[in-house]
Amino acid sequence: MDVLPIVASLRKHRIPTLLIVLEIALACAVLCNAVFMISRRVGDIYLPNAIDEQGITTIKLQGTDPKLAASDIPRNIAALRTIAGVQEAAVTSSVPLSHNNWGWSFGLTPDTSLSDQHRTNVTLYFLGEGAEKALGLQLREGRFFNAAEYADSTIGTAALPSTHVVIVTETVAKQFWPGQSALGKTFYSKPDYFTVIGVVADVLRPFVATENEEKSYYSTYYPVAPDPALRNYILRSAPADRDRILKEAVQKLQELNPAAVVTGATYDSTRRKYFANTNSMVWTLVLVCLVMLAVTAFGIVGLTSFWVGQRRRQIGIRRAVGATRGDILRYFRTENFLLSTVGVIIGMGLAFAINLYLMQHYEISRMPWYYLPGGAAALWLLGQLAVLGPAMRAAAVPPVVATQAA
Amino acid sequence: MLGYYVDLAVRSLKRSPGLTLLMVLAIGFGVAASMTTYSVFRAVSGDPIPWKSSQLFVPQIDIWGPKGRLDGDNGEPPDAMDYTDAVALMRAHRAKYQSALYRISPSIVPPDPSKHPVSVGGHAVYSEFFAMLDAPFKYGSGWSADSDEQRAAVVVLNSKLNQKLFAGANSVGKTVDIDGKDYRVVGVLDNWNPKPEFYDVVNTGGFTTDQEDVFIPFQRAIDVGMTNDGNTNCSEIPKESGFVGLQKSSCVWIAYMAELDDKAAVAAYKDYLDGYFRDQKQAGRFNWPLNNRLRDLPAWLDSQHVVPSDTKISLVVALGLLVVCLVNTAGLLLAKFLRRSSEIGVRRALGAPRLAIYTQFLIEAGIVGLTGGLLGLFLTWAGVISVGWVLPKEIATLAHVNLSLLVLTLLVAVIATMLAGIYPTFRASRVQPALQLKSN
Repeated sequence: MDVLPIVASLRKHRIPTLLIVLEIALACAVLCNAVFMISRRVGDIYLPNAIDEQGITTIKLQGTDPKLAASDIPRNIAALRTIAGVQEAAVTSSVPLSHNNWGWSFGLTPDTSLSDQHRTNVTLYFLGEGAEKALGLQLREGRFFNAAEYADSTIGTAALPSTHVVIVTETVAKQFWPGQSALGKTFYSKPDYFTVIGVVADVLRPFVATENEEKSYYSTYYPVAPDPALRNYILRSAPADRDRILKEAVQKLQELNPAAVVTGATYDSTRRKYFANTNSMVWTLVLVCLVMLAVTAFGIVGLTSFWVGQRRRQIGIRRAVGATRGDILRYFRTENFLLSTVGVIIGMGLAFAINLYLMQHYEISRMPWYYLPGGAAALWLLGQLAVLGPAMRAAAVPPVVATQAA
Repeated sequence: MLGYYVDLAVRSLKRSPGLTLLMVLAIGFGVAASMTTYSVFRAVSGDPIPWKSSQLFVPQIDIWGPKGRLDGDNGEPPDAMDYTDAVALMRAHRAKYQSALYRISPSIVPPDPSKHPVSVGGHAVYSEFFAMLDAPFKYGSGWSADSDEQRAAVVVLNSKLNQKLFAGANSVGKTVDIDGKDYRVVGVLDNWNPKPEFYDVVNTGGFTTDQEDVFIPFQRAIDVGMTNDGNTNCSEIPKESGFVGLQKSSCVWIAYMAELDDKAAVAAYKDYLDGYFRDQKQAGRFNWPLNNRLRDLPAWLDSQHVVPSDTKISLVVALGLLVVCLVNTAGLLLAKFLRRSSEIGVRRALGAPRLAIYTQFLIEAGIVGLTGGLLGLFLTWAGVISVGWVLPKEIATLAHVNLSLLVLTLLVAVIATMLAGIYPTFRASRVQPALQLKSN
């Protein structure tokens, strides 16, 4: 197909040409950015989390007498274990995605202090005995804590537990000791130090670092004997039993601790609640994208139909001098392809500019390059689909039109 | 004449219902999407206390120096205060009103023994807090400055908790059991839950579903060891442990707000704040240069990024959609108007001046805009209603349809379509009557 006659014809209709190009460029720019944001959010929603998410129920106890923690906690756990269907019961200080974070910064030299520049902030999860089983942590290297390590460690009013052993996630191991085994290595925060005895599969922190996925897995585990800081009871069961166990466990703990505020949830719902906003943002963006694509497609249909209507006579003449229906069809499709091409080239530039603007003003990361050709391809396809209807109508113009007065 | 043009426009629009529907839909969806997001945006970026926000100030003192700074906070001093400085500033009492405050979460034991204790949220504040923020009282009032001094066991309840404990009756003078001690109710607030929670954005990020249930005197809360339920940030490990250790440490956990009514007062307070830093530096506490801040409330909210960035991004995307819709409508209007060259030719030949053509076509564009706007209005209404489904609860409750939003929606639609119609109208009115008549 010869492109030159098409270009010559487009030059005669500058404004409609410009409008179609502009429509496609804008749609391409907004589409690339919206899809990029959607994919980031969806990525967040499906972040893996190596605990038994479907089997865990958590119950939080607030307002108990801290002095009685040492006797209350074993009593509460024993009571929870009597509930039918409970496979494991234990206590922890917090659970992933609960917003309840206990953070601390560590470095690799014994004199690392809190105000040093080279330190890494990690989440501290304190585990009561058996919590690794209740959570379903997956050991990758080394071992879990033993009974003596659980019994010897206390927190009291200190910021860090008195133990010197720690279990870290694979991401933490990689961050502190890249390319080496973390087992037996030590990190410090003067005057405290902790030696790694085990490495577990990646577990999320109580919050997600939206723009840095790695940091969402900076979790570390410490053994602690019954302590007021251990306020979350973790129950593990078959998923089918969770709702019943939740109800019975809340009732039981309230009976045992009449002065306390008892709240419980299945872990599944905790996770859903954490990502509820993200989920809704995704749907809003999807809706906006669909509306925008539909509007753009209809815009192309409208303008091309107008064009076809205006050029009925010319089409008739071309048909009369020997052009086939296929030729006419091809003419409009090529025309649309040319316009789309110019549109997406401008659009990709615009998309990149919007991304830069968002990066500067909000916490948005750089858009990977493949979103640009992806968005371009989508609009090419959209353009070709939208032009099909009007082009068919153009192809249906009979040659006899050429002989009629305009 | 106007009526005639409206009639003409309606006839012309009826002639190509598909195209008209397309334009109306494009405008409707574009307007609805952008207005819904805008209503949410306006709700979260709104001024929580517009009549006074320029008189409320948040002082920041650089007690950590360059070493305590995290990467990427651009030399900002800590966004909260340690106990030592908060109390020193309260004692100096240099502003008209001021209050240090921190978040508490005590448990309340209901008088009815069959009921379980409940944990409530609130703040420990100074007496001037209520007057400074114009907190509305349903019954009673705040406590006096004497009660601050005496560390009196008094409490101000919010109406929701008052409803729960006293069935909404006037409870002033009654007692409430908070953390096992009796407090005398001195006032009941009239459902006061400002959003964003501007007096303590550091702890709440501005938006929270947590209720403000109780307010008790700051020094009283310190005395009975009511621990901080908000954030604590430290640049070094406190030397002593526990809540008392926290009070002696350089950890920051206290919010502070002061009312300064005019420029002179602001300048004087800034001088005082800088002087305070220099005195402390001289005493050997700091060895870095002065780096204080005294921002008014809007600047402070902005610096704390109170408007969620998700909301801003949706606004950008929705505005993008509106632009796409407008460009489309302009294209469609152009197609429609240019097709009617012969009609214009006839009218011009019969003596219609250009102005008449302009009027006729702009009215037609305006009608498309108005219809699209009405559709957009309906969709905005539906959108704002359903916003609870797609947005965090604490923000969704703020977004609501009001008259100004409705008017704005319609105006945007009509003005936007008329703008979109200007070029096609210009082209249409340039049509040479003779040429058009001849070709027919």
